[in-house]
Amino acid sequence: MNGLFFGVGPICRKEFTHLVRDPGTLVFALVLPLIQMLLFGFAVDTNVRQIPTIVYDQSRTQPSRALLDSFAASDVFRMSMTATSEPQMDEALRAAKARVGIEIPYDYAWRVQNGSGATVLVLVDGSDSNVAGQAVNAANGVALTQSIAALLRGKPIPLEVRPMVLYNPATRAANFFVPGLIAVLLQVMVILLIALSLVRERERGTLEQLRMTPVAPLGLMVGKMLPYGALAFAELCVILTVMRVVFQVPIHGSVLELLLMSIPFLLTVLGIGLVISTRAKTQAEAFQLAMGTVLPSVFLSGYIFLIDTMPLFFQGVSRIIPATYYIQIVRGVILRGAGFAELWPNLLILTLMGIASIAFAARLFVRQGME
Amino acid sequence: MSASGAVISAEHLTIRFGDFTAVDDVSFSINKGELFGFLGPNGSGKTTIIKALCGLIKPTSGTGSILGMDIREHGADIKQHVGYMSQRFGLYEDLTVEENLDFYAGVYGITGARATARKRELLDLTGIAPYLTRRAGALSGGWKQRLALACAIVHEPQVVFLDEPTAGIDPVARRSLWDLFFHLSAQGVTFFVTTHYMDEAERCGRVGYIYNSHLIAVGTIAELQKLPRANPEGTVRVKLEADGHSDPSAMLDALRALPGVREATIFGRSIHALIETAAIEAMRAKLPGVIIETIQPSLEDVFVTLTYQIANAASGAAK
Ligand SMILES: Nc1ncnc2c1ncn2[C@@H]1O[C@H](COP(=O)(O)OP(=O)(O)OP(=O)(O)O)[C@@H](O)[C@H]1O
Ligand SMILES: [Mg+2]
Repeated sequence: MNGLFFGVGPICRKEFTHLVRDPGTLVFALVLPLIQMLLFGFAVDTNVRQIPTIVYDQSRTQPSRALLDSFAASDVFRMSMTATSEPQMDEALRAAKARVGIEIPYDYAWRVQNGSGATVLVLVDGSDSNVAGQAVNAANGVALTQSIAALLRGKPIPLEVRPMVLYNPATRAANFFVPGLIAVLLQVMVILLIALSLVRERERGTLEQLRMTPVAPLGLMVGKMLPYGALAFAELCVILTVMRVVFQVPIHGSVLELLLMSIPFLLTVLGIGLVISTRAKTQAEAFQLAMGTVLPSVFLSGYIFLIDTMPLFFQGVSRIIPATYYIQIVRGVILRGAGFAELWPNLLILTLMGIASIAFAARLFVRQGME
Repeated sequence: MSASGAVISAEHLTIRFGDFTAVDDVSFSINKGELFGFLGPNGSGKTTIIKALCGLIKPTSGTGSILGMDIREHGADIKQHVGYMSQRFGLYEDLTVEENLDFYAGVYGITGARATARKRELLDLTGIAPYLTRRAGALSGGWKQRLALACAIVHEPQVVFLDEPTAGIDPVARRSLWDLFFHLSAQGVTFFVTTHYMDEAERCGRVGYIYNSHLIAVGTIAELQKLPRANPEGTVRVKLEADGHSDPSAMLDALRALPGVREATIFGRSIHALIETAAIEAMRAKLPGVIIETIQPSLEDVFVTLTYQIANAASGAAK
């Protein structure tokens, strides 16, 4: 008998039967992530476009119309209303019918033409800092290009920066967020499912019965890891398919390499789930502990906020979060077409984390089995 | 096997949880093929003793042995020879009867032809074959317990611990479950069964009674009935029966008001009481029309008397 891992086979088989028998778990594991993806993937769009804008053009001349056209051409502003008085414009901003107000003075054309410096008032609603920042930047950009064009009077512009965004040319938020979401969803599902399955056995008394059988602690542990690891892989494939088909995010790298590089991450989170299962007495407690691992993985892993711009302390914290490295791998493969050659440092760290997490869980399991 | 031939033995077994002593210096031994009944109020330590003997918890002090193997040292070997049916239903409710059986056979390392043969035997023994494809959770209480027993003995253990196997199931199912125990016991399997039912205890070869973490009596039913502590000197156990249609609870009140009555309780339309011998004649005079006859104490009488003695001694010591 394979002593150390005795019982793996029957436990594995039984666990698969549970999964087939209880469609709730399968739905939870495979369908819920899709719903979350649809929610997050479509809702989270940090690119600001088409800000509703109200215009109070007192000048009503060819130059003032040209200026407004260049605002509209930037795609940031949408000229949705026109005002005929200052109070009317203020009212529209206060009621949030418009986020930006552009007021062009009556002497605008005259001042532009004789070069005495025209002033255009741009009022920006600051209640959403992201929107406000992008509106101010875009307005400055418009003013700058208009000024230079006026100065050059038809001569070519001496220096022009042509930014080109690589890897995610449309700077689509989905391309950036959905790969990160893969890491978060996999982590939540794996930790929750394996921890709950063990704690449920403790609550129902079957774990005590198992401890009376010759099943080895590590046999129980591995017998639980295999089915839930397989389920996580299935989940990963479903998520990738949906990402590709529904969100139209192209996968530039090798899917096979991505799947292989997912193994250390899955081991790490399986280990975390196992550790939680030894600590939690009830399913509710296990649920709370599992959810406790989610927040740092969402906010400190680079999924939403750029790690480079975090305070130093949080940058340090982000380095001990497994999702940080896995998100880099997923984004690397999907967006930049990277592979082992470029991503191996992340892979190495995740592998070490995986070994540590499984080893720690194994220690707890063996110790608990002896009690 | 130890020289005494004991299959299960506990020697000064003590188990503490923090400051609380759940099992206090308990010793007993059980021979091969015995059907040993273990009784005691809720929280008295029955389950804890079973868990210690099965190696699920480590005793704080003292020790025990199963088939001559020390529970502290041979926990893993003991598991191969011991069947354990826990107080809670330890089966997977969403798996079918057959899947549960297969699973437990698997975890005991029984596979292939041996597993098929053993499954056949267990089905014949428990009669659960008609429900093979039913989910365990959908079985009635009696069948659940039969399945639990089948799973607990799938590896043909020589020693079986059953923790309240008949709690909450109907009398017919209880009886047929006990028939099963006797059947296996006759084949040489040693049983350790906890119960709260006196009728079940009376069917056991020997019983133990644990109260407040202390094992206060062990023996055959006859031995316990003759126990001097259960029949204190200067007392007599009697049954009082009113000839008319008088209400037994009114008779109980009248009896308790009399001097020299140590214990009294209603049994159907009669009353069992422990009375000081000196008071008996006065009592006959005070309760005309009541037939008073001496009786043997029932098992329950014995346990109640022993429990009162200990409780009184404890409250006396407190004063
Ligand atoms: N792991 C534990 N930690 C702390 N106290 C415990 C533990 N297990 C049992 N106890 C306590 O030990 C005492 C004995 O419990 P045990 O389960 O052995 O009683 P029991 O005789 O089986 O009772 P019942 O008839 O209700 O099953 C109880 O007071 C219980 O609360
Ligand atoms: Mg109990």
